[in-house]
Amino acid sequence: MKKYTELFITFFKIGLFTFGGGYAMIPLIQNEVVQNKKWISDEDVIDIIAISESTPGPIAINCATFIGYKVGGVLGSFFATFGVVLPSFIIITLISSLLNEFGDYKVVKYAFYGIKAGVLALVIKAWWTMYKKVKKDIMSYILMIAAFVAVAVFDINALIVILFCAIIGVISSLVIGRRKR
Amino acid sequence: MIFLELLFTFFKIGLFTFGGGYAMIALIQSEVLGKEWITQSELIDFIAISESTPGPFAINIATFIGNELAGILGAVFATLGVVLPSFIVILIVAKCYDRFKKSKLVKGCMSGLKPATIGLIAAAVISIASAVFIKDSFSFEIFSSPMTYVSLGIFILMTILIFKIKKLSPIYIICLSGLIGIVFGYMLDFSL
Repeated sequence: MKKYTELFITFFKIGLFTFGGGYAMIPLIQNEVVQNKKWISDEDVIDIIAISESTPGPIAINCATFIGYKVGGVLGSFFATFGVVLPSFIIITLISSLLNEFGDYKVVKYAFYGIKAGVLALVIKAWWTMYKKVKKDIMSYILMIAAFVAVAVFDINALIVILFCAIIGVISSLVIGRRKR
Repeated sequence: MIFLELLFTFFKIGLFTFGGGYAMIALIQSEVLGKEWITQSELIDFIAISESTPGPFAINIATFIGNELAGILGAVFATLGVVLPSFIVILIVAKCYDRFKKSKLVKGCMSGLKPATIGLIAAAVISIASAVFIKDSFSFEIFSSPMTYVSLGIFILMTILIFKIKKLSPIYIICLSGLIGIVFGYMLDFSL
């Protein structure tokens, strides 16, 4: 039981102090899980990041589930995931009731009017960061533009676009693999 | 039934989200805006809230929409929905982890998903930009009020700051944008 409460508390802490998305979590995980608890090694962390990138869902959940499983099986992964989710859940529930209370105040409305323009800048920066990292070959460019046009111009459901691009990725890697052989 | 609908919708979103929070925006726009659970404008506000509170975007938005629609129980179902796919997939992967790492199928999948994600975020940029700068989406009247010029100013200033200063926390961008919005809102006595 001690193992489970420890998993829960550790991941609760990690969830509470992760601001701004998954990658911000990695130093925290290294500190808490690798150095303090010695549950996993530094190489494991690199593997977990690689796996998180190629499986669905937020990196925080992926990491918590994976580490929880390594430490305490299925029940361990349950406690770790529960721990990492709970802080956001509580904080957002509080904020949502605050917004319902104060959302109509002029000052709040003006603030959000300005914030919207700032968010646009943040999303563009996120786009640029990801664009720099992706492999740049003809197929990548075709898929990028096709996905963009499908959603922005033709208003096709993003889910269908994602599915379609994954299938094309598999087919093209099979074709290229065969050619090389 | 709203709870099951929340669970199912966020399960789908969780299952198809690759590569972090921003990649989710286009999915949420497709799945949630169509249902009229929240508006485009509320979604953008929420991106800001999520950036300035702890925790992953996916969890934050699921909790928020669940709360808005059906109270705390709604939040539980939406959050459960978005968590469940990762949880299940990772449990499976954890068991056959070396095979997964070397799998050509996974690599092939990712070679299609990564560029798709970039295209989707670009599409999200366009839709957010139109919500920020075009007040009435039916008339396509750009810069219909003086406040829109304030938005443009904020956008240009924040873009310069983000790209010039490395490792600048989004929280500063959000606070500064909000502050400028308040100052000019009162100065122009803008009615929203």
